[in-house]
Amino acid sequence: MSESYDITVVGGGIMGCATALRLAEGNMRVLVLEKSDLCQGASGVNAGTLSLQIKRVRLMEYALRGHRIWASMGDAVGFRKTGGFTLAFNDREAQLLKERQTLKRQAGAPIEFVTPKKLLQREPEISSKVTIASYCAEDGYANSSLTGQYYRACLKAAGIPYRERAPVSAIAHGSDGFVLTTSLGQVRAKRILLAAGAWLGPLAAMLGVNLPVRARVNTVSVTEPTPPVIGSVIGHATGLLTMKQKPNGTVLIGGGWQGYGTPDAGRGCVSGKTMVPNIALARYAVPALAKARLTRSWTGFEANVPDFYPLAGDLPGVYGAYVLGCVRGGFTIGPYIGKLMGDHILGQEPELPLFDPDRSFEGVPG
Amino acid sequence: MRSSWDIAVLGAGPAGGAAARIAADDGADVLLLDEQRRPGGQVWRVKSAARHFASDSPETRAGDAHRAALEQSKVTFRGETRLWHIERKKDIWVLHVLTLSGTAIYNARAVILAPGAREFVQPFPGWTVPGVFGLAGVTALIKSQQIPPGRRCVVAGSGPLAIYAAAEILRLGGEIAAIVTPNSRADWLWCLPALLANPFLAKRGAEWIAQLKRAGMPIFWRHLVTRTKGNEVLSALHVSRCTSEWAPTGAATEIPADTLCIGNGLLPNSEIAALAGLELHYDADCGGWIAPVGPHGQTVIPGLYLCGDGAGIRGATVASEQGERAGMAAARWLKGAPASSGSQRRSHRAEWLGLAMTGLSRPRRGLDSLTTPETIVCRCENLTRATLEAEIDAGAASVEALKSATRCGMGPCGGRYCLTSAARLIEMRQGAAPGTVSPPTTRPPLFPLPVAAIGTEFDYDDLPIPAPAPL
Repeated sequence: MSESYDITVVGGGIMGCATALRLAEGNMRVLVLEKSDLCQGASGVNAGTLSLQIKRVRLMEYALRGHRIWASMGDAVGFRKTGGFTLAFNDREAQLLKERQTLKRQAGAPIEFVTPKKLLQREPEISSKVTIASYCAEDGYANSSLTGQYYRACLKAAGIPYRERAPVSAIAHGSDGFVLTTSLGQVRAKRILLAAGAWLGPLAAMLGVNLPVRARVNTVSVTEPTPPVIGSVIGHATGLLTMKQKPNGTVLIGGGWQGYGTPDAGRGCVSGKTMVPNIALARYAVPALAKARLTRSWTGFEANVPDFYPLAGDLPGVYGAYVLGCVRGGFTIGPYIGKLMGDHILGQEPELPLFDPDRSFEGVPG
Repeated sequence: MRSSWDIAVLGAGPAGGAAARIAADDGADVLLLDEQRRPGGQVWRVKSAARHFASDSPETRAGDAHRAALEQSKVTFRGETRLWHIERKKDIWVLHVLTLSGTAIYNARAVILAPGAREFVQPFPGWTVPGVFGLAGVTALIKSQQIPPGRRCVVAGSGPLAIYAAAEILRLGGEIAAIVTPNSRADWLWCLPALLANPFLAKRGAEWIAQLKRAGMPIFWRHLVTRTKGNEVLSALHVSRCTSEWAPTGAATEIPADTLCIGNGLLPNSEIAALAGLELHYDADCGGWIAPVGPHGQTVIPGLYLCGDGAGIRGATVASEQGERAGMAAARWLKGAPASSGSQRRSHRAEWLGLAMTGLSRPRRGLDSLTTPETIVCRCENLTRATLEAEIDAGAASVEALKSATRCGMGPCGGRYCLTSAARLIEMRQGAAPGTVSPPTTRPPLFPLPVAAIGTEFDYDDLPIPAPAPL
């Protein structure tokens, strides 16, 4: 394989694929390289929550547009707009919920506060220990497992070649662009987009750029099919719980509890010490879950930089190289910010601003 | 209850039981865990107490000796205990288990895995109809309950297990309609030298065959069961001649039966090894994907040992010796001594026979054609070969990608019954050799874990208060 492209996208997750699709619309010849299978990193193993209630204020506009794109992808990605409740069980949590959701409402998310009575009318299986909840009708979920199948079909339909199980081991930068060494041979490209999530650090280092990328090791668990217990997406004021029940009856439980391992060393490990209280908290919120059986827990690497804003723009100091990743809430925003990134690479002004990777991270608490 | 040990041994069959006993004899403090109530594993499964009047088979007697030896040792045995997760925290192994009274955590400095094997059944039309049993499942029933699995049985499969199961069903008063095996008489003759080197087992095998012959049982050599008939329950099945690669050929004969016992060889149970951090590789002679081990069962992770059929299918005699070597090596390792200073007992004759029997049983590629497009491959999610192949053709080129797209292997069985076949479908579609498509990442829990059993000590006020996510 010695081929030549206008641009090579390294990383076949949601962001890389969404950008590739936009670039192909702009008539660029694109190649997507993925070290494992499309969307098998964070894109395909996260809990799939689409909730404005857990989005950052400054990213709300992006999240609202992201929701619209997920809705348009529809059944192919298991999209469901169910509405979502965030629960508080004590005064401290109630105060936290009020402060934070008020700011998010001001940023454009249609969030309201509801009494326990109203909550239990909609969700009778939720614990009566809830003191207050917030509700957002725009919230829902998609099935992250289906993103690989979805984007594989999109790339094919757009005539975009992609190579799976093709990790990049070296990148050389010359006057006429880039030469990438992969397990399947060399690839030449005039430009390059790094969109490799938690694996961005070593890739950027191949071009002599230090990106302060770290990864959280988020745990997600799922039950076997269970009679209906919840209809909406459920969250917790502290962020320690997300929960949704799929049409097949399985209940997906997340909340950012940390497993261990590093992106270089594989897929990460589930820690019993954090997975057990995660499930216990889910059962505290929905006692009927006690009747279910857990079939699987796993981890995914959620990349971030010290200020927890995206890296989206030019790779500092390397002409023709771009970087996209580390979006907090990247599942929600990914398909949209990919389009913005594509516009930028095509030389068009994106509809909303990108996030310059050349900004200073010094002094930002990590 | 006590929770810290020098050595934890997982699995109390021939390998694990021997490992535990030898390590305890060498002075180690040993915990032996098993899913069953009594030690013995699959091959030396204890006879149910309600069946004490039934006559003993040599397998029962070997199991009784195994149990007696363990009882006389200093090993602590805990039965009805299932491992659902294993982690290594610094130099200590953390075992998460489910017992009859809830979950528990045991710690150990060294772990010996003796997880045994499970059977493989190539999916074929009608294999999910009630009345169809796995051969290994039937032998478990025979050993514990001492009853035949049905009225009129067909026993089908490769290697010695089919012959054994048929002879036992006959002994227990069941009716055998036919024995169907893809092996030929010549396949068995090829194993004769290895059999003659192990006279006890050879005699036992000859007795089974003589018993079947005396009873006039039809044995269909070089034949396969190609489909079953009956929707609610099994009523009959079709049997066809097959090629030396086990592809069905020629017209089918219909045999009325209410029970089919079928198996296509054994697969090493490699899930615990993978979860413990070992990389698996494919070894057809060992039965499939296994973690590599040294002669003393040592793995690439210090303090982690693997023995028995879980390290490659070789049968009870070899497993027992492997267990002795692994038990001794683990006990020596704790004292800082090299593995080679331990037990050297090793029967190359038994290993020869184990290799020959695994060779007889190992599925040949022609079996793939038994799985028609409409045949269900993933029973939990009701997915047919055609559905899986459509997804493979759409680009799903790994087991992980196929799982994500179709939910194949995501049901309660955790993929144990379908992902071997699913990986093979990918290999065939890619024109790749067996063993080129890897199994998926093993994740906990190792079996469906009741939510009610975990986190029972959870106190809401103990929740960590995380730094709020940035606004």
